[in-house]
Amino acid sequence: MSYNETMSFAEGLMVNSPQKNIAIELIDVDRSFGNQQVLKKINLVVEEGTTTVIVGASGQGKSVMLKHMLGLLKPDNGQVLVYGQDLAQLRKAQLKEVRKDYGVLFQNVALFDSMNIFDNVALPLRERTEASETEIRANVEEKLALMDLDGVNEKYPAQLSGGMKKRVGLARALVMNPRIVFFDEPTTGLDVSKSNEIYRLFHRTQKRLQYTAVIVSHDVPKIFKLADRVALISDGIIEGSMSPEEFQLSDNPTICAFVRETMGPIYCSADEEKFIHETV
Amino acid sequence: MSKQDNVPKNPASWLLGKLATSLERIGAESLYYLEQAGRMGIFLFACLLNAIRPPYKLFPIVRQIHFIGYRSIFVILFTGTFTGMVLALQGYYTLRKFGSEGLLGSAVALSLLRELGPVIAALMVVGRAGSAICAEIGIMRNSEQIDALECMAIDPYKYLMAPKFIAGIVSMPILTFVFDVAGIMGGYVVGVSMLGVPGGTYFQEMYRSVVWADVEMGLVKSLVFGLLIIWISAAKGYFLHLERSGGFGAEGVSRTTTSAVVLASVAILVWDYLISAILL
Repeated sequence: MSYNETMSFAEGLMVNSPQKNIAIELIDVDRSFGNQQVLKKINLVVEEGTTTVIVGASGQGKSVMLKHMLGLLKPDNGQVLVYGQDLAQLRKAQLKEVRKDYGVLFQNVALFDSMNIFDNVALPLRERTEASETEIRANVEEKLALMDLDGVNEKYPAQLSGGMKKRVGLARALVMNPRIVFFDEPTTGLDVSKSNEIYRLFHRTQKRLQYTAVIVSHDVPKIFKLADRVALISDGIIEGSMSPEEFQLSDNPTICAFVRETMGPIYCSADEEKFIHETV
Repeated sequence: MSKQDNVPKNPASWLLGKLATSLERIGAESLYYLEQAGRMGIFLFACLLNAIRPPYKLFPIVRQIHFIGYRSIFVILFTGTFTGMVLALQGYYTLRKFGSEGLLGSAVALSLLRELGPVIAALMVVGRAGSAICAEIGIMRNSEQIDALECMAIDPYKYLMAPKFIAGIVSMPILTFVFDVAGIMGGYVVGVSMLGVPGGTYFQEMYRSVVWADVEMGLVKSLVFGLLIIWISAAKGYFLHLERSGGFGAEGVSRTTTSAVVLASVAILVWDYLISAILL
């Protein structure tokens, strides 16, 4: 996909249609670990087909919030609704059904280190479908090709670079064509060009598969170029969820301080500048 | 600090305070162990339920039998042979005092079948396979691989645990049988070839004294030990992140693996007594 195509797609996403269904909704979510309250009355809406980016400094509760959306943690109070279903009220089998719509790219990728790349990507297909080996092979190879990964089928995760692992992780997250894809710090530990590569693949796959994306990231301001909505979590509180443009012009003091701290002088290479300008 | 400062101003309230602190500590400890016991119980129930519930996938079970059973055979043969040899050596000099060297085969076989075979074979499997299972699951927990399975709507109990439980229950009686045969043959080498007990007497006395109840006791013990080894090793790894002493990093995995091996070994000896007491 060319940069122009990417650009028009991103512009399309910026249009905030009021008719969009709600994919995920967090209502007054509280969560404490011991005496420390990590999430405080969190409210957030993720509309279907959009990209919501959750930003915030380290240790503010971003990953904990993500784990609530994944159903890995239950809130002390409040609700986490996915397509209207409260995750905390679901039985294990029902939660499993909800998760069939999920794809997740973990911060540390979480590839199975004793399996080769092909088996890693094929795992959900083998465990959750009755597909034949031929169909599985075709599907896995299509997804790996979509990620520009050739000749890695027989390799093990330890034999790949950080960027390649992320792409394999993305291929595995997308292999079941999920409706919602979660990205936990997708570019952590990657250099600038590898980060851009991940963002480019994100655009490409979202356009093709039309999934709802929730991205937890601290790659500010670059991540704003991908976002329809940006939410800042600070000290366990969501400080507004708005478009990137509104976010950068917000008069909320916490958002102002965050924008000032993270978006002061931006030092970009010529390629990065091109990427940022062409994708907005 | 003067001596007078150490004397409480109100001894009664000081004593009450100390008592309350001690009670609080005892209560917290009790709650912790009760919680652990409950967690382990639920874990066992979920694993057994998934082991008997379809679909059954043969390949993962065979792979685990290969790991737990087949790859333990050498160490079982080795320890079994030497256990039988030392039993014959010690037994010969004891029986000679009563002029009953002819009962050597019977003494070796009964000791192995009822007691030493299942116990020593189980302790060997704890050291070889139990520790590896705990470390494997623990590392998967630490590197978010278990979270990844859950998020892919793949039940870790079905995918990871059930094949291990089935393999443990299938492998342990076979390994015990191998241990017993190796021990009897080791006893034959020492008793017959080195100490001069007639070969026919060695086997004839064994055949005369061993009854089905002896074999049954060994079989019951080996089945229970197989279950105990996998249960404790897998559960310790699975709940690594909830360890009070901290289950993080390589040190956490190492500490938890050690504690799993110790706990499983102690459990084997305790259950050995209990089963003997019930079946005798």
